[in-house]
Amino acid sequence: MNSKAERPLSPHLTIWKWGPHMTVSILHRVTGGAITVAGLAVLAWWLVSIAGGEAAYADFAKVAQSPAGMIVLVGLTWAFWQHLFSGLRHLVLDTGAGYELKVNRFWAIMTLVGSLTATAITWYLLIGVGK
Amino acid sequence: MSQGESATPLGKVRGLGSAHEGGGHWLEERFTSVALLLLAFWLIFSLLMLPNFELATLKEWLGSAWGAIPMALFIITSFKHGLDGLKVSVDDYVHDEGNRIALHYLLNMLAIAGASVALFALAKIVFGPAAA
Repeated sequence: MNSKAERPLSPHLTIWKWGPHMTVSILHRVTGGAITVAGLAVLAWWLVSIAGGEAAYADFAKVAQSPAGMIVLVGLTWAFWQHLFSGLRHLVLDTGAGYELKVNRFWAIMTLVGSLTATAITWYLLIGVGK
Repeated sequence: MSQGESATPLGKVRGLGSAHEGGGHWLEERFTSVALLLLAFWLIFSLLMLPNFELATLKEWLGSAWGAIPMALFIITSFKHGLDGLKVSVDDYVHDEGNRIALHYLLNMLAIAGASVALFALAKIVFGPAAA
């Protein structure tokens, strides 16, 4: 395909007023990318450190419990829940349901409410386990 | 690969989407998403049910069938689903065909390498010597 051909692109981003559905739509990609790249890297490192023994696991735990590590882990937890709730919404939308303006907007906002609430609950419980 | 009833007649003839293939990729992404829904809930709840995050606790959990088998499935499914998602993003934003294919190759290799490292680590936990 000739990339130099000036084919018209949809001007949706410059025309529509920004709304929660658009925010949730792009967040689905951003959070999906984040949990794939950073989340799976953490998963692999975590497993490698457990397989590696005490010293390797201590290195992982030290970084994970540092302020920067905690920010990344909490951020990934939120990205995970946001992608999960948004993904559930997409599975419903795939059936052709939920496109009415108010319904669509409501569930878009609910994915944000759900992800923030689930992140708070997850870390409340995790800190309880970690002691 | 079936495109199902949602494909337009023209789309069926060409077999083209932005991914330049049929609906199989789209369906696969949904299939892995539903599987990940179950596996991710398993992972979160398993972590929350552990008494602590000491190395011995984690080794005992991941060394058991109840830890190792879902974790292996989670590794394979999450790398596959993440790879599918990143490929769709590349298809949407990279308009040069050569770059698009090169990025697909790169993503495939990174995903397979990453999943292999994670699976090897899991195998070492399961079949290696017991925790010191």
